[in-house]
Amino acid sequence: MDIVDTFFNLAVLRDSLPLLLMGLGTTLGLGLTSIALGLLGGLAIALARLYGPRPLTWLAVAYIDLFRAIPILVLLIITYYALPFVGIRLSPFAAATTALSMVSASYAAEIFRAGIQAVPRGQFEASQALGFRSWWMMIDIILPQAVRIVIPPLTSNCINVMKDTALASVVAMPDLLKQATQAQALAANPTPLIGAAAIYILLLLPLVRAVGTLENHLAKGRR
Amino acid sequence: MKPILDIRGVSKFYGSFQALDRIDLTVAEGEVVVVVGPSGSGKSTLIRCVNLLERYDTGDIHVDGIRVETGRNLAAVRSEVGMVFQNFNLFPHMTVLRNVALPPMRLRGLSREAAEARARHLLDRVGIGAQADKHPAQLSGGQQQRVAIARALAMEPKVLLFDEPTSALDPEMVGEVLDVVQSLARTGVTMIVVTHEMGFARRVADRVIFMEAGRILEEATPDAFFTAPREERTRAFLHSVLNH
Repeated sequence: MDIVDTFFNLAVLRDSLPLLLMGLGTTLGLGLTSIALGLLGGLAIALARLYGPRPLTWLAVAYIDLFRAIPILVLLIITYYALPFVGIRLSPFAAATTALSMVSASYAAEIFRAGIQAVPRGQFEASQALGFRSWWMMIDIILPQAVRIVIPPLTSNCINVMKDTALASVVAMPDLLKQATQAQALAANPTPLIGAAAIYILLLLPLVRAVGTLENHLAKGRR
Repeated sequence: MKPILDIRGVSKFYGSFQALDRIDLTVAEGEVVVVVGPSGSGKSTLIRCVNLLERYDTGDIHVDGIRVETGRNLAAVRSEVGMVFQNFNLFPHMTVLRNVALPPMRLRGLSREAAEARARHLLDRVGIGAQADKHPAQLSGGQQQRVAIARALAMEPKVLLFDEPTSALDPEMVGEVLDVVQSLARTGVTMIVVTHEMGFARRVADRVIFMEAGRILEEATPDAFFTAPREERTRAFLHSVLNH
């Protein structure tokens, strides 16, 4: 048995491809949902942290610290295997989305905070002097500039969420990795695992590259 | 004439440093007041208290009869008081046109068409009409400051505050901005201008105020101020800024 037959067996790959693509669909659904929830939650937490009344600020800080300290895998196993003991029974998809987006929100919150704080003071003062109320000032003036500043780290965070979806295979989520391991067991050949790795890379490499390009672009464009 | 701005006994502290020391100042409708004085004398702090970009610790400020304070009054005061900053503070992610049109859309309930028509008219008036679709970064400093003036005017404020509007400009652009400010003075809008441009102060002011160490040391008509200042400190200041 040579190395090509073992790791790059085209017949095995062809047979396992439908399973892998189904897994990819699940991974994308899980990843995109968690990214969207994480961004929304992160923004809300960042605003609470910066502008909320005192107790809310503390709560936001506690949330951010806690969820950046806990390993996602641990959180995932708790949401799926521990919560049923108090009557909260989540589907694998719901458990994985919850764990991923809660952690993602804590990182996104810090990124948004950095972005908002990087917007020059004069922009806040000009908006206030014109009479903008806080909400419109944020929506029209501050956030568009803040988001532009933090697009690279925000994209990196999204890439991490997408990669971390692979952890969901431990809660029996039929994602790309889980499907690949099943196909591998079925075919008694590791080619599907290599196929899954290739799909992850094809999916994320353009995004990784885009972050690099964006960082260069922003560094040049800043005045 | 009735006062549009009334400042009574206003003091302001930064820790133990007193930035403003019991300032009294009344400005009539349509009056142009130019505030001069050495750096750190409290000129900018004073006008920033008028729209509460800085809080004052004691005293009262009323704009058109409304007390300047946090809470419900603040939006009313700010919509009547326009401000032009040293560093322009245009919104860099919007076109010049939107910079001027957005505030009255959001804050005065103007339709987009009405706001943009007003914006184009004002941009023409400050000589920037042809640049309406550019972004601020594509404009020179002098052009940006003229856009900032148009943006302030678009809210139709009763009082316009200028915080050293030419201090960040290259020398050759100072004139174009001062010309715009001067043309506004003739339209009857109330203005308070903090500046180091003495020639401008002399040409445009109805009244010149000299501040030092958080106090108003002298106030006079421009002629009296520049030809026969009463205070020794004013004479020393004028001597140093006019002879270099």
